[in-house]
Amino acid sequence: MTLPPPAMYPVACEVNGEKRLVRVRAADILLSTLRDQLGLTGSKPGCENGDCGACTILVDGLPVKSCLMLTVEAEGKQLTTIEGLKNSPVQHAFVRYQAFQCGYCTPGFIMNCEGLRNAHPHADEETIRVWLESNICRCTSYEEIQHAVRDVFTPKT
Amino acid sequence: MTGSPLEDRPPLAIEKVRYYGEPVALVVAEEEYIAQMAALRIKVEYELLPAVLSPKEALQSNAPLVHEHLDKYKRHEEVRPEPGTNIANRVKIRKGNMEEGWNNSVHTVEIEVTLPQSDHAAMEMRCTTAQIMPGGKVILHSASQSPYVIQRAISESFQVPLHQVIVHTPLVGGSFGGKAAVQLEYLAYMASHAVGGKAVKLVNSREVDMIASPVHIGLDAKIKLGCTRDGKLTAAEFVHLFDGGAYSDRGVVMSRAGAVDCTGPYRIDNVHCDSLCVYTNHPYSTSFRGFGHPELTFAIERAMDILAKRVGMDPLEFRFANAIGPGDTSPTQTLLDRSNLGNLPMCIAKLKAWLDTDDSPQYETHGHLVKATGVCCFWKNSNTPTDAGAGAVVAFNADGTVNLLCGAVEIGQGTRTSLTQLLAERLRMDERMIHIAPEVRTETDPFYWKTVASRSTFLVGNAILRAADDAIAQLKGLAAVVLQCLPTDLDVGGGRVFLKDAPATGLAIEQLAHGYTFPNGTTIGSQVIGRGSYTMQNLTLMDPETGKGKLGPEWTVGAQAVEVEWNTKEFTYKIIRAATIVDAGKVINPLFARGQITGAMSMGLSFSSREAFFFDEKGAVRNNQIRTYKLIRFGEQPEYFVDFVETPHMEAPYGLRGIGEHGLIGMPAALANSLTAATGVELNRLPLTPETIWRTIHDPV
Repeated sequence: MTLPPPAMYPVACEVNGEKRLVRVRAADILLSTLRDQLGLTGSKPGCENGDCGACTILVDGLPVKSCLMLTVEAEGKQLTTIEGLKNSPVQHAFVRYQAFQCGYCTPGFIMNCEGLRNAHPHADEETIRVWLESNICRCTSYEEIQHAVRDVFTPKT
Repeated sequence: MTGSPLEDRPPLAIEKVRYYGEPVALVVAEEEYIAQMAALRIKVEYELLPAVLSPKEALQSNAPLVHEHLDKYKRHEEVRPEPGTNIANRVKIRKGNMEEGWNNSVHTVEIEVTLPQSDHAAMEMRCTTAQIMPGGKVILHSASQSPYVIQRAISESFQVPLHQVIVHTPLVGGSFGGKAAVQLEYLAYMASHAVGGKAVKLVNSREVDMIASPVHIGLDAKIKLGCTRDGKLTAAEFVHLFDGGAYSDRGVVMSRAGAVDCTGPYRIDNVHCDSLCVYTNHPYSTSFRGFGHPELTFAIERAMDILAKRVGMDPLEFRFANAIGPGDTSPTQTLLDRSNLGNLPMCIAKLKAWLDTDDSPQYETHGHLVKATGVCCFWKNSNTPTDAGAGAVVAFNADGTVNLLCGAVEIGQGTRTSLTQLLAERLRMDERMIHIAPEVRTETDPFYWKTVASRSTFLVGNAILRAADDAIAQLKGLAAVVLQCLPTDLDVGGGRVFLKDAPATGLAIEQLAHGYTFPNGTTIGSQVIGRGSYTMQNLTLMDPETGKGKLGPEWTVGAQAVEVEWNTKEFTYKIIRAATIVDAGKVINPLFARGQITGAMSMGLSFSSREAFFFDEKGAVRNNQIRTYKLIRFGEQPEYFVDFVETPHMEAPYGLRGIGEHGLIGMPAALANSLTAATGVELNRLPLTPETIWRTIHDPV
């Protein structure tokens, strides 16, 4: 049996500050497009079901699980993946507090924290807890991540 | 057929399917979605066969056989299947005199415990690629703990010469024992073979990863434990039925571990243990962080708590009084000394000091909230093959920096950093001068058995120290010619080779790294390349009747505690604090060491408080998604306390002991002990969900 070639749709969006045009199937999820078409493999598949948060990216500054978003929905949006960050305070804090081991969940955690900074620059403990509940880390005890994130949200004198 | 140590598993089911999720067909396509659509067109008709759904059921005389031809399977390593039954392996311990032991017992306790199968749930699903080159070379990339095992397995299963199989393992996204098994690699090879050798990629979805690939072993155990009037342990009898699932894989070796360390770290002269790996129609089991020890520890430590209560002793005091020490023997009759055994009394004393630091009592109630603490101790030896080994190469660059080559896989435990630190220490060199690649390549990196059993810093570490010593000897030999002295007059450190008695006189390593060139151009010596290797020393197999043998180089020991707040109204609880004191021999990297311990504790608390596969009446897994298979999440973490004791293991680099798995081992037992104290009912079944506890109190079946 041969399948007819699938209908492809052009999608124009901005990825990490660069204008990109991709051609995708209607069913393609954003995570796959980022990884397979754009070579941005920092966003990780952990469940492709919205349960683990490893694929979290920023869409117009807010965190989105890229496995739950169709690529065609990204038309005209500004996307930021972990590759778009360089020397951000969150990245530094994760390194300083050893808030990762295998690192697979780390891009998702970091992007979620970046989104939290955008939405709630002065987030309190409870807000941090509610936001970060959506990501799973299987290696650390979360204590390290808590210390890192707390540090980011502690006002510096 | 595939499987190690017992070849009982076809890569794709033949004749019958033995577990829900077992691969039955492979589809290869150019795009994933095309493969998915094609797979939907495969029609399979199944005739329902009677299933075996627990290890106990599997041992009934009328139980259906999961494997009818157990006698025909090829065996590697030590394994003793019992054809005509569902027993894949039986390991026996017979130590001392049981009759005498029971006669001397004033108090005895008999309990049964159950730990269901659960999942490793590493964040990265298992994945692999395979490609067969026109010349016959096979190239695999795999997220694995065992690249060298894959190499051998593919070579033997498909008759490809070993040197023609090349395995690359990049940074692995967590594994916890689950990626030590070889499974997808066979399928990817077969898929590539089917399409003329093209590169084929095979990635588990989360749902498939949880049920089709091997899982964390379950255990049904029965234990009888006795002691004298004043609380001295006299005898212990164990029946461990490990739920190996449909295929044996490493489950048979875990059943051995379940026997070897069955008593926990306690002095017991009379021990009788039968530890079985049993076939069921569950997903098949493989190694999981702790390798049988979280399971055996749950059994012994529940019994220890109950027995302490009978004697009327404080649970920690009872453990302290019976703590195993130098001069005692292990269940396999290995004589223990200060080197091969960590210092348990010291760990217990430190735990006691921590428990006593705040004045709050270990049991208190505030209205409907009950706070209670549970403790436990653990030990673990590594149950490694007697010939497990590793190699290392230390190659100097012209600028005096070093390339370190070794086969230890980075799975998040920081092993490649710690190994670099060991080398830096030996070469007395800044660790930033040492390069180590993140990935392992079997065609260039020296062999390493596999990255399991908390053994990398020991086996690979020893190989690296030998390679470092070899390089140091070369540097000194060359420098001695130039400096006109004896090599023994020289020392190496700080990037130089210099005279011990006149440190200002010496040569920079970069002057020697690729040979020394005199002013007239003449060069002596050549690139300094240190080589080293190390293999387990003086280990033996087990005596089949008594279990006597030396099954690993040393025991890491530790003491742990968990404090919970139990809500008597809602039947829920919070884990408030958790502590581990472990004898690490020597802490190499304090931040990593703490991270390994707390990470393992978190995994142990997650697994004992909520993780289990739920099966329907036909044996199908009902919760193969992270949405329905719950894991501990951010915000649920207790306050962690970790401290170390350092009793050197003399055979190991700088005296270190394995610590990668150990934080997990006692968590299930300590959690159950704390909740038992809080609720007042004996909780001997995992996972400790509110429902399990409610049923134990209100609906005991």
